[in-house]
Amino acid sequence: MNLKRVVVTGIGALTPIGNNVEEYWQGLTNGVSGAAPITKFDASLFKTQFACELKNFDIESHIDKKEARKMDPFTQYAMIATDEAMLDSGLDLEKINLNRAGVIWGSGIGGLKTFQDEVMYFAQGDGTPRFNPFFIPKMIADISTGYISIKYGFKGPNFVTVSACASGTNAIIDAFNYIRLGKMDVTICGGSEAAVTQAGIGGFNAMKALSQRNDSPETASRPFDKDREGFVLGEGAGALILEEYEHAKARGAKIYAEVVGGGMSADAHHITAPHPEGEGATNVMKSALEDANMKPEDIDYINVHGTSTPLGDISEVKAIQKVFGDHAYKLNISSTKSMTGHLLGAAGAIEAIAGILAIKHQEVPPTINHFTDDEEFDNKLNFTFNKPQKRAVNAILSNTFGFGGHNCSIILKKI
Amino acid sequence: MSDIAQRVKAIIVDKLGVEESEVVAEASFTNDLGADSLDTVELIMEFEKEFNISIPDDQAEQIGTVGQAISYLEANVK
Repeated sequence: MNLKRVVVTGIGALTPIGNNVEEYWQGLTNGVSGAAPITKFDASLFKTQFACELKNFDIESHIDKKEARKMDPFTQYAMIATDEAMLDSGLDLEKINLNRAGVIWGSGIGGLKTFQDEVMYFAQGDGTPRFNPFFIPKMIADISTGYISIKYGFKGPNFVTVSACASGTNAIIDAFNYIRLGKMDVTICGGSEAAVTQAGIGGFNAMKALSQRNDSPETASRPFDKDREGFVLGEGAGALILEEYEHAKARGAKIYAEVVGGGMSADAHHITAPHPEGEGATNVMKSALEDANMKPEDIDYINVHGTSTPLGDISEVKAIQKVFGDHAYKLNISSTKSMTGHLLGAAGAIEAIAGILAIKHQEVPPTINHFTDDEEFDNKLNFTFNKPQKRAVNAILSNTFGFGGHNCSIILKKI
Repeated sequence: MSDIAQRVKAIIVDKLGVEESEVVAEASFTNDLGADSLDTVELIMEFEKEFNISIPDDQAEQIGTVGQAISYLEANVK
């Protein structure tokens, strides 16, 4: 079967270190931390009192007040990142076949704030079942693609992938597959998450998943540092316009990169703990390389999952060394979660964008907050600690792994 | 304008995102103020919350305009 080629023709980012792609890249290369004390609610009773929230962000300057009110924040973020990516792509809605244009989005949780607020309201009452009619349509994770399709009139395949922190990458790989199979010409894909709520912080705290470094939020996300002790919750969205190559060429589109391979695997090991030897992570990177018909030596930069948890960082590095062998010493590795925090279902989207921007600018963003080496890691590996590095970046691989044992890797290449 | 009427209008302005000048007695939620079926259900719920009453479904279905909402609440709110 003759597979089509798939390229990225538009990107949009709404992140804790920048509210659009340009600001995001500045934040990434300046080594900015997005972590700060939580402003969305009084977190004084919580073990973790900080997060990577969006900043200087006024929803009503992006979305009409009446519309915004009916959307959970995760959908609002999806709309804003999508608008930027669509504008960037230069797509003319009058000139494309809307029946062959789809939306595939990732969200790990969906409308957590809506769920929390509505259930709390009910629980505080006398038991009379009074639920807002927008409760369900605001909360369900797939409403994000519903709204996007309504706004842009995209009538092709439309759904949300839910694979926890792998959801965003999952969505991009699904979009890539539909386009290369010839089922769509254009797809809006990516992911969004808005879990900085009492339920989100409290829930992840109960799992002992979050950093509790309340006296220094900005240094809390420190992947591969000896004193790492959990991830920092982030929020936001990333959107990519994937397009069939000939379709993009025919309209003279700007092309950022080609999507060349995707891998998916499961650990089949434990609901939340990573496989200690990184078996699922090893398999997923191998399968992405096979899918791309590339050798390990072809990869210049790995944007790792690297959430800054004690175990997760170790198993991922073991997997990288297994897959890449000696080439692991020649490529750059970095965890941009050191700056953005962990955006769960949006992580794969904003990190694929970080990879795309690394290709565009021929520069690798850093892993900030490195203070103390950990002997668990081979010190000949280049984690791009603390400062960005200029280098030739022809191809990047981005990893994301989710609770449930879901693993996704994607490879993008300069065109 | 009665206190009830003022509170009803404030809810409608907030929930439907319309101008106060549009919220006149004869304005229909769906035909004039842009509400869809879910908006209408939400409005009834907000009236119930604001006035601490319960509006049975069969009566809620009869409330389609600003004026009908005000009259219903003026007659039923203690």
